[in-house]
Amino acid sequence: MPQAFTKLTATAAPIMRTNVDTDVIISINRMIGNSVRGNLGKWAFGSLRYLPDGSDNPEFILNREPYRAAEILVTGPNFGCGSSREAAVWSLQEMGIRAIIGSGFGDIFFANCFQNGILPVVLDKAVIDGLAAEIEASQGAGRVSVDLQEQTVTSPSGVRHVFEIDPRRRAGLLEGLDEISLTLRRDHEIRAFQASDRDARPWIHFAGHQAG
Amino acid sequence: MDTRGRTLLAKIWDQHVIAHISDDTDLLHVDRHFLHDLGGSAGLINLKSRNIPVHNPELTFATPDHAISTASGRAGTIKTGWELLAALRTETSASNIRLFDLDQPGQGIVHVIGPELGLSLPGCLIVCGDSHTCTHGGLGALAFGIGSSELTHVLATQTIIQRRPKTMRVTFDGRLPFGVTAKDLILALIGHVGAAGGTGYAVEYAGSAIRDMPIEGRLTICNLSVELGAKMGLIAPDEATFAYIRGRPYAPQGEMWDRAVAAWRTLRSDSDAMFDREVSIDVGTIIPQITWGTSPEHVLGVDGRIPDPADIADPARRGAIEIALDYMGLKPGAPIAGTPVDWVFIGSCTNSRLSDLRAAAEVARGRKVAPGVRAWVVPGSETVRRDAMAEGLDKIFIDAGFEWREPGCSMCLAANGETVPPGQRSVSTSNRNFVGRQGPRARTHLASPAMAVAAAVSGAIADVRTMER
Repeated sequence: MPQAFTKLTATAAPIMRTNVDTDVIISINRMIGNSVRGNLGKWAFGSLRYLPDGSDNPEFILNREPYRAAEILVTGPNFGCGSSREAAVWSLQEMGIRAIIGSGFGDIFFANCFQNGILPVVLDKAVIDGLAAEIEASQGAGRVSVDLQEQTVTSPSGVRHVFEIDPRRRAGLLEGLDEISLTLRRDHEIRAFQASDRDARPWIHFAGHQAG
Repeated sequence: MDTRGRTLLAKIWDQHVIAHISDDTDLLHVDRHFLHDLGGSAGLINLKSRNIPVHNPELTFATPDHAISTASGRAGTIKTGWELLAALRTETSASNIRLFDLDQPGQGIVHVIGPELGLSLPGCLIVCGDSHTCTHGGLGALAFGIGSSELTHVLATQTIIQRRPKTMRVTFDGRLPFGVTAKDLILALIGHVGAAGGTGYAVEYAGSAIRDMPIEGRLTICNLSVELGAKMGLIAPDEATFAYIRGRPYAPQGEMWDRAVAAWRTLRSDSDAMFDREVSIDVGTIIPQITWGTSPEHVLGVDGRIPDPADIADPARRGAIEIALDYMGLKPGAPIAGTPVDWVFIGSCTNSRLSDLRAAAEVARGRKVAPGVRAWVVPGSETVRRDAMAEGLDKIFIDAGFEWREPGCSMCLAANGETVPPGQRSVSTSNRNFVGRQGPRARTHLASPAMAVAAAVSGAIADVRTMER
């Protein structure tokens, strides 16, 4: 069951490079195996966050104060492109991120965010660039507000930007809805569809395992 | 009523709508769900913990590919790889899901075995917890990658909730020049529209070059859709598609086959269908492609020069190129050809099918892998492996100094611990040149199978057109 998201005012960290892919967000060797959940946060952005000897890279923004405590990321174009690994979202969540504001996201990453109560907000690139500049000018002290009820992002200086969001996604986040339970309420419709589809496209519906 | 023509996407989509959730979002029926070792068992365990049965186990198929070793006898499979495989065996068995296990025909990379077994069919809606599920679109299926939560939803309900994407048509017209393959076409397209050019779209590939292209090439084209940002890529099925599918183990047979083909013949965009975006590419202008950076959009022709940040006015773009060149250890402005390589990887859901291995063997035959280069061939499936061996392709590779391995994802994403060592340079037939993709600090150049062999035998990035017979 995803956690609900309503409103958040927090430190925001700009990560403005283009095409930050999900391999960069979480490396494959940190996400395989059992019991990785709960231990992913420290490996988020591993290749950027740590030097080859394992020590913190002081140049990476999330290693600097006050950004270490960031709950919001402000991101460059095509953030979260690449693989479908939901561990990318889990790792960000486990390091405390609750909202990501960017000019565009990888489609699968974007969907995975909603499944975990993380709000991805899309705004024009010019707005994102301005927001990042304001945060950097305040050296991270200026906090950003995200209000899902009102569909607004408010910059540190108080500039409000309205964002669009799929109403279904919005409702799901506000209430922390469980999609599986909701869909299973429609099981009679699913079964009715399958019954008629079995006549229309019988080659789709195996009666049993017909091969090997 | 809207009387405009309908796109291929709309025809397949509408056939799968169980219920409208909102204006542009539908509850869709999933016809085929593929599970692999990385996330399959976790979804099944999650469902079990909630006391929910798998809705349609007979429409769900599993195989281990990501985390198992591709060494002979699967030697050196990492501990978590064995654990994931054991869990996949236990959980698929408990839920009565067909598992194509190690050493069985049918085992292999999910996106190779689906088409190969006749499980993936035109007009099918196919999902898998892997972004390269778009591959199956090469058969005229609507196929896309999903996350773990969506995967669990599909197991529980045999449905997925999706917002209808925008539509883009990419028309590849003309004849492929010498040495140019499906991989070069799609890399050139990504270079043209960018890694986010297809975000939010389903991309239909059309044009004479697609109609003339064998099915395995079409699978390669659709495979890289997600690298231009499109979750879905698809190609209208035609006689070549039907011929490819006919007789495969799970393909419809007899009277059912005739009914299916009659239905599949309607799966094409109407001539007056409108797309939200159109892109046209003259394939006659394309030469063999090679990537130079850390995104598939960082691509150029093999006769090109590495970009020089000093030439770029926009500071954001300049900065991005500087970061990529620093990671890749490349000199701005130098020709890309001649760059020394340490590793060559031929495999992955992009380029590990029989026709890929034939094209690679054609260049490898009678040549030797250059000293200091390690070169691997990892067939996409057990069936590809056996078919290639029956043709003697393994011998050609082994004689040339390549390692001939067991099927799996291997060094495409290095989930099984098979990595390119830090700082080393690889030419790879896979789909992603991301930072750390083939291992921490590994440097990846994407190319076609023939170009990969050219690099292996030259010890450097090389133009395959100077070598092909």
